[in-house]
Amino acid sequence: MSVSVEPTTAAPDRDETAQALRPHAEHAFAAELAALAAQDDRPRPARWKLSPWAVATYLLGGTLPDGTVITPKYVGPRRIVEVAVTTLATDRALLLLGVPGTAKTWVSEHLAAAVSGDSTLLVQGTAGTPEEAIRYGWNYARLLAHGPSRDALVPSPVMRAMAEGMTARVEELTRIPADVQDTLITILSEKTLPVPELGEEVQAVRGFNLIATANDRDRGVNDLSSALRRRFNTVVLPLPESADAEVDIVTRRVEQLGRSLDLPAAPDGIEEIRRVVTVFRELRDGVTADGRTKLKSPSGTLSTAEAISVVTNGLALATHFGDGVLRPGDVAAGILGAVVRDPAADRVVWQEYLEAVVREREGWTDFYRACREVSA
Amino acid sequence: MTGTGGSTAYTAGPLLLGVRHHGPGSARAVRAALDAARPAAVLIEGPPEADTLIPLAADPGLRPPVALLAHAVDEPGCSAFWPFAEFSPEWVALRWALDEGVPARFIDLPATHTLAWQKEVDESGDGGADGDDGLDGDDGYDGDSAAEPGPEPGLGPDPVPRPGPGDRVRVDPLAVLAEAAGYDDPERWWEDVVEHRGPGAGDPFAPFAAVAEAMEALRERYGAGGRPRDLVREAHMRLRLRDARKEFGDAVAVVCGAWHVPALRERTTVTADRALLKGLPRTRADLTWVPWTHRRLARSGGYGAGIDSPGWYGHLFRAPDRPVERWLTKVARLLREEDRIVSSAHVIEAVRLAETLAALRGRPLPGLGETTDAVRAVLCDGSDVPLALVHDRLVVGDDLGEVPESAPAVPLQRDLARRQRSLRLKPDALERELELDLRGDTDAGRSRLLHRLRLLGVGWGEPVRSRGSTGTFRETWRLRWEPELSVRVAEAGVWGTTVHAAARAKAEADATGARALADVTGVAEQCLLAGLPDALPVVMRVLADRAALDTDVGHLAQALPALVRSLRYGDVRGTDTGALAEVAAGLAERVFVGLPPACVALDTDAAEEMRGHVDAVHTAVGLLAESLTGAPAGEAGGGADVLTGTAASGPGEGTGVPAGTAGDDAQAPARVGGYDAGAGAAVVAVDGDAATGPARGVGSPAAAAAAAATGAGAVGGAGGGGLRGRWRAVLRVLALRDTVPGVIRGRAVRLLLDDGALESGEAARLMGLALSPGTPPAAAAAWVEGFAGGGGLLLVHDERLLALLDTWLTGVPADAFTDVLPLLRRTFAAYEPGVRRTLGELVRRGPAGRPGGTTAQGTGLPGFAAEPDTGRADAVLPVLRLLLGLDAHLDTVSAPARTPPPGATREEIRTAAPGSPHGDRLTGVGT
Repeated sequence: MSVSVEPTTAAPDRDETAQALRPHAEHAFAAELAALAAQDDRPRPARWKLSPWAVATYLLGGTLPDGTVITPKYVGPRRIVEVAVTTLATDRALLLLGVPGTAKTWVSEHLAAAVSGDSTLLVQGTAGTPEEAIRYGWNYARLLAHGPSRDALVPSPVMRAMAEGMTARVEELTRIPADVQDTLITILSEKTLPVPELGEEVQAVRGFNLIATANDRDRGVNDLSSALRRRFNTVVLPLPESADAEVDIVTRRVEQLGRSLDLPAAPDGIEEIRRVVTVFRELRDGVTADGRTKLKSPSGTLSTAEAISVVTNGLALATHFGDGVLRPGDVAAGILGAVVRDPAADRVVWQEYLEAVVREREGWTDFYRACREVSA
Repeated sequence: MTGTGGSTAYTAGPLLLGVRHHGPGSARAVRAALDAARPAAVLIEGPPEADTLIPLAADPGLRPPVALLAHAVDEPGCSAFWPFAEFSPEWVALRWALDEGVPARFIDLPATHTLAWQKEVDESGDGGADGDDGLDGDDGYDGDSAAEPGPEPGLGPDPVPRPGPGDRVRVDPLAVLAEAAGYDDPERWWEDVVEHRGPGAGDPFAPFAAVAEAMEALRERYGAGGRPRDLVREAHMRLRLRDARKEFGDAVAVVCGAWHVPALRERTTVTADRALLKGLPRTRADLTWVPWTHRRLARSGGYGAGIDSPGWYGHLFRAPDRPVERWLTKVARLLREEDRIVSSAHVIEAVRLAETLAALRGRPLPGLGETTDAVRAVLCDGSDVPLALVHDRLVVGDDLGEVPESAPAVPLQRDLARRQRSLRLKPDALERELELDLRGDTDAGRSRLLHRLRLLGVGWGEPVRSRGSTGTFRETWRLRWEPELSVRVAEAGVWGTTVHAAARAKAEADATGARALADVTGVAEQCLLAGLPDALPVVMRVLADRAALDTDVGHLAQALPALVRSLRYGDVRGTDTGALAEVAAGLAERVFVGLPPACVALDTDAAEEMRGHVDAVHTAVGLLAESLTGAPAGEAGGGADVLTGTAASGPGEGTGVPAGTAGDDAQAPARVGGYDAGAGAAVVAVDGDAATGPARGVGSPAAAAAAAATGAGAVGGAGGGGLRGRWRAVLRVLALRDTVPGVIRGRAVRLLLDDGALESGEAARLMGLALSPGTPPAAAAAWVEGFAGGGGLLLVHDERLLALLDTWLTGVPADAFTDVLPLLRRTFAAYEPGVRRTLGELVRRGPAGRPGGTTAQGTGLPGFAAEPDTGRADAVLPVLRLLLGLDAHLDTVSAPARTPPPGATREEIRTAAPGSPHGDRLTGVGT
């Protein structure tokens, strides 16, 4: 299984149900982790379950000397995984950046599972994330009854990770308000979390580290202060490199989603899927697939996850209002909606693309017409 | 070959130091080995003709990177380069010999032969090679593959134009060795085992022995590795080595590509070697030092050495210790200069990350890959943008070499001198003016030379306005040769060895580096003026890219006319303008899409400017559509050029525009031009094949008239017609959208009307709408300016429109009148006196005075009589015949055939004169 696309912000509701239905990475791949640990003779940093080399193998896949096959968890440049694992080994915090749908959360979960054997020390960042979620909270009943004490303290996942030398995860770091983000500075630079109410502190044990994920293309995010940013090594997760890989990912995800929505599989849809992926890639990259014509890029992200939703949407249209076969008209409106986010600028981008690229392309006449129809 | 003393170095004969060209580790090792062995002479792989140039290397004015340049004396375009960087082992050996006072010699095959080989290939091969893709561009060295870091093993030593993938399979020895060592990247393997080794202690000869052994094994297995010419070169090296041994004994060191080491050790007979060298082609070669740059070293094609990271190599070579720490500090300083916040803490973290990465990847030391990853993750926040800067400034670097003035002249100077002689254009310190008539070969050549020199920054001539004559075939230059221009020429030598090649390379570089779209179009035009059609593909590509990313429609609209002009100019010259046409069409499409949104919410000045753009685009589209459909008649050549030129200079409205005319095609149908012009000053044009060509003739020979009748609907062929159609749709949108400023709306209506794409009734409706009492007088006046500006004949002929205007004008309230007066004055003052007078008379006569009025004309066209006046039309024919040099058979045309076919609407008449009122501006090809 080589999934590199996991819905994160794109479909939070679905994600949550999936969470409930799905074992954590360290359980799902327990056998692989055990095999790696058994045969891993390289030096391991303190409290790491595996050596950095084995962690990289766990993510990228490979075959162990005894023949155990490790499935690739992340399909993408090797360099990225190597830098990510190395960062964790140097006790710098790791920041995974990328547009939605580039497997940030997926990578972070597997990294935590491989390094610490536990991917559950998680803080989900939202606009409403309070400081307590990162530092500690209080059990107020106990606090009122017995006064401040260690027992009345409710540790955050980060605090637990510090105390136990584990890997903590912060999802969507840039959604967290700036003042709350900054609580991380002390934790990351001093490796300590003072508890002034008790006159104590929790010092991080060797092995503690933090993986944060953030979205760099979204609006309404809180940029990291440079003080905080300095504590992170940044790795940008790219969009799929080749069109074929992307078509593959889209097809697989669409099939999975389609099943849960009771949509019939559309075997003839592959052509439209390829078309959607091509349009998305070309606009995203600002250059046509043949590399001959440059294009303007629209303001939207046009991630793989969006391509998936366009195709799913089109399938639903085709099933309920069409003849069950995915046709250009079914995806045209979806594409338009994904591309034109800013009504003025993006519309120009889209029309230029239609006129300069789509109109001339062989075999795309139906698609051009369908797009003209919805764009008018 | 163990031991450290000089005496033990030569136990196996001369000391053979196999290196990779431009490897800093190799360079360091060479220096250590030479220091230890102290040879009596140093032999270096390179052209022996350069022996006399070796002492120049000691000149403090000679600073690497430099290159040895060999060129054929009679043909400066045929040249080869041997680049030397500070970290090249050959350079190190050269400097060592000079510092120690030991003789140094080059031992490779003489450039005489390599150049002759190259010439052969040029002549038999792709012809177009102007020396640029000649020679192993890589370093002239090479052969040894060890020298070739690039993944393309073929960039080899032999002076052959870069071999395509289809060439014989060549062995990349590095790749073979790296694979054996379990590396997937040969480059990385070599770096790990050789280049990144510090100036360690230990045996200075050991690395060479090991490399030589490995190469030996490879040569046994692969022989010459698919490079038969290496055998010849090696034979020559052996001969030179033998000579040196006779002179200096065994204490001789040879620095050459590692690949050649086994061959030099081989025992062969002198006779056998001489036999190999027999009958080689030769050509007279001249050598000199030229300045080089790191960027050129990094270029994998052309003259580049195929080194991706000369800056990094230079750093490795220079850094006394702790290369990674020093490198990352350098990177940090660069980023700080560019206002990125980078602290020492960042650098510390980056070093840690790089080292841990190297450990994870199992490399002894962090290489460029690890440091780059660390820089990206720590210093650049994961972004590739600052990283690109680091790559450009540091990994490649800006280092520019220097050459002392005592170095022999560069071939560019010779080529220039040769051209000056053949064009009889002497460099003179006194300023003088030169009038050129471009119809003559010599003058055209002079003009091209001067334009090319201007491109190269050699400001010998400045173009000045021609006095008296407005003809496009005239150019006036002010010439003055200043002494420092020689320096400029020498500097321009890096661009190429002939004026042509250098100007071409410079134009391409200029286009690539240009920031604004208009700059690129400027370069494109310069290319045409300077006669550099071969640079156009690159320029066009850049242009297309820039146009795609430019969001300002104004820029695009400005670029389009220049481009279309270039296109037509190229047409006339018979150059291939396919790429140009494609780019122009693409540009037009982008303008179409972007124009309507760009025309809203403009203030008066911006609207005025935009109106200019609309006009320019309109004319350009007309020409472009025609260029796309009308088959470019290459053979028309210069004649058509002149014809167009004269037509351009004529002030008349509605001058028809000749497409690429096939002058010898007798069947040329006449096109009647401008509606505004009334009688229609006609210029004749068009392809002889009336059936396939765009049949747009009115008043043409019978055959063409028939074709016109049938083909009337399909005006213009597919491409051009479609373009024009879409442009009209855009104009229609502009004309109808209320948020568009009046001046643009009025202009759009006028252009549509002139094109015959708008019924005059509809035009009158729109005018009425714009001039209705609800519209503020200022806005209405702007509309009028847009509509009626630039030519008043329309108002003379269409009384309905004039009446509307008159009614509106008299209805403007007194207090508003002074506001609109300047606008109106601007509009009407531009009319010709005759038109103004006629208009005045018409208005004075009042509606009653107009006999017949519009109604009397019935179905006829407004402004035209119901029946054509064949008598007056016939009167034009003799002049036409005279102009076109047509023979008598036009006489046979019967009069009725010359009248418009009954079905012909004004649209056809209109389209016959595509650019009507403004055609004159654009037709001026080359003005």
